[in-house]
Amino acid sequence: MWPLVAFALLLAAWHFAVIWTGTKVLPSPLEVKNGLAELLQEHVLWNDIQDSLRRVVIGFGLAALLGIPLGLTLGWYPGANKVVNPVIQILRPISPIAWIPVAILFLGVGDHAATSLIFLGAFFPIVVSCVDGVNNVPSVFRRAGRNFGLSPLQLLGRVVFPAALPQIIVGLRIAFGIAWLVVVAAEMVAVDSGLGYLIIDSRNSGKRYDLVVAAMLLIGIIGLALDFLFRGLERVKSVRWGFRHES
Amino acid sequence: MSTQTAGQHSSTRASTDTAKLSTHSLGMVFHRSGETIPVLENINLAVADGEFVCLLGPSGCGKSTLLNTMAGFLSPTSGEVRVDNEIVQGPDPRRIFVFQERGVFPWLTVEGNIAFGLANLTRQERDRRIAHYVQMVGLQGFEKAYPSELSGGMKQRLEVARALAVNPDMLLLDEPFGALDSITRLTMRHELLRIWQAERKTIVFVTHDIDEAVQLADRVVVMSARPASIRQIVTIDIPHPRDISSARYLELRDGIFAQIGLAHKI
Repeated sequence: MWPLVAFALLLAAWHFAVIWTGTKVLPSPLEVKNGLAELLQEHVLWNDIQDSLRRVVIGFGLAALLGIPLGLTLGWYPGANKVVNPVIQILRPISPIAWIPVAILFLGVGDHAATSLIFLGAFFPIVVSCVDGVNNVPSVFRRAGRNFGLSPLQLLGRVVFPAALPQIIVGLRIAFGIAWLVVVAAEMVAVDSGLGYLIIDSRNSGKRYDLVVAAMLLIGIIGLALDFLFRGLERVKSVRWGFRHES
Repeated sequence: MSTQTAGQHSSTRASTDTAKLSTHSLGMVFHRSGETIPVLENINLAVADGEFVCLLGPSGCGKSTLLNTMAGFLSPTSGEVRVDNEIVQGPDPRRIFVFQERGVFPWLTVEGNIAFGLANLTRQERDRRIAHYVQMVGLQGFEKAYPSELSGGMKQRLEVARALAVNPDMLLLDEPFGALDSITRLTMRHELLRIWQAERKTIVFVTHDIDEAVQLADRVVVMSARPASIRQIVTIDIPHPRDISSARYLELRDGIFAQIGLAHKI
């Protein structure tokens, strides 16, 4: 109830601000709504959403596919982690946006460049959360696993991985949020489709700020929906124990 | 092979040759930030097959460390642990360690936890054992529940069931009821005795609770403060079920109180 009120107040403030300032550049909520309807009618919107989602899924998927095994390995072998960790810590704070020139240089303008940026943005948080997850597994669980005669590989699969899974899921969720941020930036530079491209294209071809804001809102709503899916994952029973809302 | 038996106060029932579990001049020294801390000194103990032995001592005296060397999680710095006359090299499913708390796997259901050590069995045999031990520890109706949905006492019973399911020769329990409230603790002692009498496993049980030791054990191994050595081994010659207000019970208990140097008054 109250969140809806807050949302309505925001829309009202926006609406009247546009009227009172008499701006010709920024659109009012109604204009944005009309812009959104226009986008939907022209059928380009669905293609843009699809393209953005596809890039995120591929980039994030690759990051998870490579990052989880690497993170588990580094967590499992502290010696290896000591060697690799400094490299990760130097690369990690570099914004994926900063990689844009390099990505275009190596992969050209196109899907590959965009996907690789998403991959870079998601990869490091996933690796780091896996390393931490493995390190935080209580020694009681490891000892219990060894007591039942598990080989090291079985111990990793049957004890360490499930024990670290809640923390890994948190890392995946953070990484997915980053991936959704990065896709918009990547699409403004490297490709000519997707929600990021829609924003930059609407501005460049006729200063259609109603479409710009409509696209921004869509990005927010889709991002929220995707985060919701990840939160659903945290309520799966075999990992729910690891989250604070379960005492 | 040394056949020397336990310390000077020993009343060893099992000779070290026929013992299920024995320690021989066992010593343990920890090194922490340049300092050398002796934890265990010259522990000679023999536990017979099917015997229930309590290791009793003040908190932090090293009795848990001793239990960990018996389990094979830690290697003693001197001496050795033998099980069935073989030197213990590492953990083994024939002797299962039960932890003080949070030893059950929270990502598995009650069934999943009990089945954890049963991966090599046929499905039929596995289901039979799960049903048997769910029944034994009184968790019927909770087969599909996760540990977070269980009480502390139920979790501890689950851990005992998981240990028993692999049919070990020996259970090593490290203050298993320490985190429970006093009423649940009493019930759990009763349950453990019932299970021990049904299954006749060898049990080594670490506790700092004198009453608990005298209620449960065939023999109580009284340990000194760190570095721990065996002060005395007290044989509890009261048949089960024990009357904890009987003269003999009080006599044995008060003897241990005196041995540890506690006035039995508050």
